[in-house]
Amino acid sequence: MTSESENKTAKTLFDKIWDAHVVTSVQDGPTQLYIDRHLCHEVTSPQAFAGLRKRGLNVFRPQQTTLTADHNIPTMNQDRPIRDEVSRFQVDTLAKNAADFGLTYYGLGHPKNGIVHVVGPENGYTQPGMTIVCGDSHTSTHGAFGAIAFGIGTSEVEMVLASQCILQTRPKTMRIHFEGKLQDGVGAKDIALYMISQLTTGGATGYFVEYSGSVIRGLSMEERMTLCNLSIEMGARGGLIAPDDTTFNYVKGREFAPKGERWEAALAYWKTLKTDEGANFDKEVHFDCALIKPMITYGTNPGMGMSINGSIPALKDIDEAGKKSFEKSLQYMGFSAGEKLEGKPIDYVFVGSCTNGRIEDFRAFANFVKGKRKADRVTVWLVPGSWQVRKQIEAEGIDKILEEAGFELRQPGCSACLAMNDDKVPAGKYAVSTSNRNFEGRQGPGARTILAGPLVAAAAAVTGKITDPRAF
Amino acid sequence: MQKFTKLTSTVVPLPIENVDTDQIIPARFLKATTRDGFGNNLFADWRYEKSGEPKKDFVLNNPLYSGQILVAGKNFGSGSSREHAAWAIAGYGFKVVVSSFFADIFRNNALNNGILPVIISPEFLAGIFTSIGEDPKTTLTVNLEAQTITDNKTGKSESFKINSYKKTCLLNGLDDIDFLLSNKNKIESYEKQRVFAY
Repeated sequence: MTSESENKTAKTLFDKIWDAHVVTSVQDGPTQLYIDRHLCHEVTSPQAFAGLRKRGLNVFRPQQTTLTADHNIPTMNQDRPIRDEVSRFQVDTLAKNAADFGLTYYGLGHPKNGIVHVVGPENGYTQPGMTIVCGDSHTSTHGAFGAIAFGIGTSEVEMVLASQCILQTRPKTMRIHFEGKLQDGVGAKDIALYMISQLTTGGATGYFVEYSGSVIRGLSMEERMTLCNLSIEMGARGGLIAPDDTTFNYVKGREFAPKGERWEAALAYWKTLKTDEGANFDKEVHFDCALIKPMITYGTNPGMGMSINGSIPALKDIDEAGKKSFEKSLQYMGFSAGEKLEGKPIDYVFVGSCTNGRIEDFRAFANFVKGKRKADRVTVWLVPGSWQVRKQIEAEGIDKILEEAGFELRQPGCSACLAMNDDKVPAGKYAVSTSNRNFEGRQGPGARTILAGPLVAAAAAVTGKITDPRAF
Repeated sequence: MQKFTKLTSTVVPLPIENVDTDQIIPARFLKATTRDGFGNNLFADWRYEKSGEPKKDFVLNNPLYSGQILVAGKNFGSGSSREHAAWAIAGYGFKVVVSSFFADIFRNNALNNGILPVIISPEFLAGIFTSIGEDPKTTLTVNLEAQTITDNKTGKSESFKINSYKKTCLLNGLDDIDFLLSNKNKIESYEKQRVFAY
């Protein structure tokens, strides 16, 4: 972890995009940053729209904001009215705000409806070089395209609606290099959980991270999104990856991507979006990916991760200030310091969320469970990230494979990732979950979450236990 | 937004690290469409039994501790961007949160709601917890103008950082939207000359 400073004119990818979006700077204060793309969902926006009404303002650039309902919605019977009245009112409020302010809205049942961070990329809203914000911390997902994308609060949502700008303090920059050969059975989620376990849940606070190295270049867009999505789980303001042919091939032809001459102009610009040789980062970190095994978490923050064959740390290895939190966490999980978790029975499996609810995640899951059977003891929720993901699952016949193995596919939404709808894991039960947070109560009051990638989830779904997928 | 200048208050200690916004306000309470009423559900799952009875061992239910300053372990406010966490803290009556560091989004959300996040050294934080342990009626004084925090039991002070723009906003009760709207012409001229127009 050394910091090299050298070429003063050389810029990082982050610097290039940030500098291209500065409207003005407040002396000894924040930067007024222009926002290219704003995404909204029902939970963090109603008070912002109410604020606009109170001030008598319109949305300044309505074509740059897109709305989708995702956090609150049921994952069954979406053709019927939402049963929970309070949820229904919140979703209806989003629809009304869209209509009143002239904004594009993908409501329940719309073919483009889905989780905001799945909808953005798959429709071509997300493009390299953009600044993208949303009232949702996992907005970091869009950094996979070489964009500055980060989560904001509701007051900031109101700022963007009112002015297409936000006031932000320029974060420090960190580059994380991933080299070495990835082992079979190890995916982007494992890389991310390994990284967070090494850097801790607050280890990148104050930084914007660039992911680089040969391993990153070899990742698909879906895998890059999984990695960037989890940037916030180590406290980073966001994480981004320089765009390359993988990026351009993904974006090309999508509905809201540039077309014709505009595509050529965009491509020429996007190809300049990479960190210059000799550019200075505030911090540099290197990881050897050959060391990474399938990962799981054992505690109540995403930094509490270990390899699937590993042991929970011993109490003596935890620093003094952190001991109380560590013990509280293990007590909540019903685990002991020093314990191994492989072979432990689990009760629920959740595959979905903005972290792992994309087509490749369902391909990986289906490929593993093909010809096997769901374990009787396990309740499994398979929730595609969007209707387009679900359509693709059906087009590829993955739904049939899942059905034959005893699984059922649900309708899209955030679902059990944060359990705002009916998909709640009961108190005391263990869930292997491909989502992003294992916080206390995240998947329902008292629920115990073990974060993992889609392969570990698949192995748990067919064995009913925490199982190393490489053993098959 | 309410002004903040100086505050002397007793303290509620929460010596837990990585307190995430799901603990500050669990997701099931995020269905509201206004900013009101979140204070009752601040730390709901740590504070109440399933039956709704207060949990005796949680600090907010301990009559020994009260005040307008919350002091917490490092990395307070991690996780979700939900501003509801700041609304819940403000709604409960806290005006200041003290920790050795805060998650970025939470810190912005707090400042946008007139709550002052005070970042202090791990040593000073440990000292405050010790003082409160010895005397639950220990007070802290937070002076925004001078950018200092004082443990009135030990008499020790430390200075804290805040950027001068946010300091001015808090001292005067101004919010960012007023500032942004006053810059409309700059936004429009930016749009005309930007590097790439999406």
